[in-house]
Amino acid sequence: MTGVGSGFLETAVTITMGLLLVGGLLGSIRLIRGPGHADRIVALDMISTLVVSLLAVTAIDEGAAVYLDVAIAYALIAYLGTISLARYLQRFHKNQSGQEEVDEP
Amino acid sequence: MIAILTGILLLCGGTLAAAAALGIVRLPDTFMRMHASTKAGTLGAGLILLAVAIHTPDTGVALRALLTSLFLLLTAPVSAHIVGRAAYHIGTRMWQKTWKDDLAEACGLDDVPPGHPGGIPEGCDSSDN
Repeated sequence: MTGVGSGFLETAVTITMGLLLVGGLLGSIRLIRGPGHADRIVALDMISTLVVSLLAVTAIDEGAAVYLDVAIAYALIAYLGTISLARYLQRFHKNQSGQEEVDEP
Repeated sequence: MIAILTGILLLCGGTLAAAAALGIVRLPDTFMRMHASTKAGTLGAGLILLAVAIHTPDTGVALRALLTSLFLLLTAPVSAHIVGRAAYHIGTRMWQKTWKDDLAEACGLDDVPPGHPGGIPEGCDSSDN
């Protein structure tokens, strides 16, 4: 794929990887700090979406389509993980209804 | 030409993903954070996967990229719905300036203050799990 704009594509790939990494760092801040359990689940879900994007960018960068298979498998596993975490959170809270969640806005 | 289009799509997707992460950090409320991550994050990933589909000369690889994007578009609302329901169930506080809570109104709690602790009262729980 060497043609017009090949250098622009390489620059775009580098910048996009940088943006995705910055996004992952910001999501990690919310994952560590976030006051409630639901905030952490939301941050984890977004970070997994960013990892899928990063795998796609790596597939362009390396020219290897194997990364797309990894991205598909990762998206599936992240979806199942988010759903199971959310359901676990709901049931766990229902089982100990005497205690209140301390959740600052 | 294809390289330039791919680059533009990549930059748009990366910017949207970074905006989603910024929203995750800056927005004041769990539900607003879900708004940022679900919509902007999924759109960013979809644009990047579309860039892969345009860039590759192989039809199978392009099909796989489009299928991944379709999978993300299908699963993001479902997981957001389940996470939001769990967050409401456990009584996550809303933002102080929230003025609309349709589920509490449907449950007959008309006098709830804005940003109340939430949670679904007894007898108004339509889901069994």
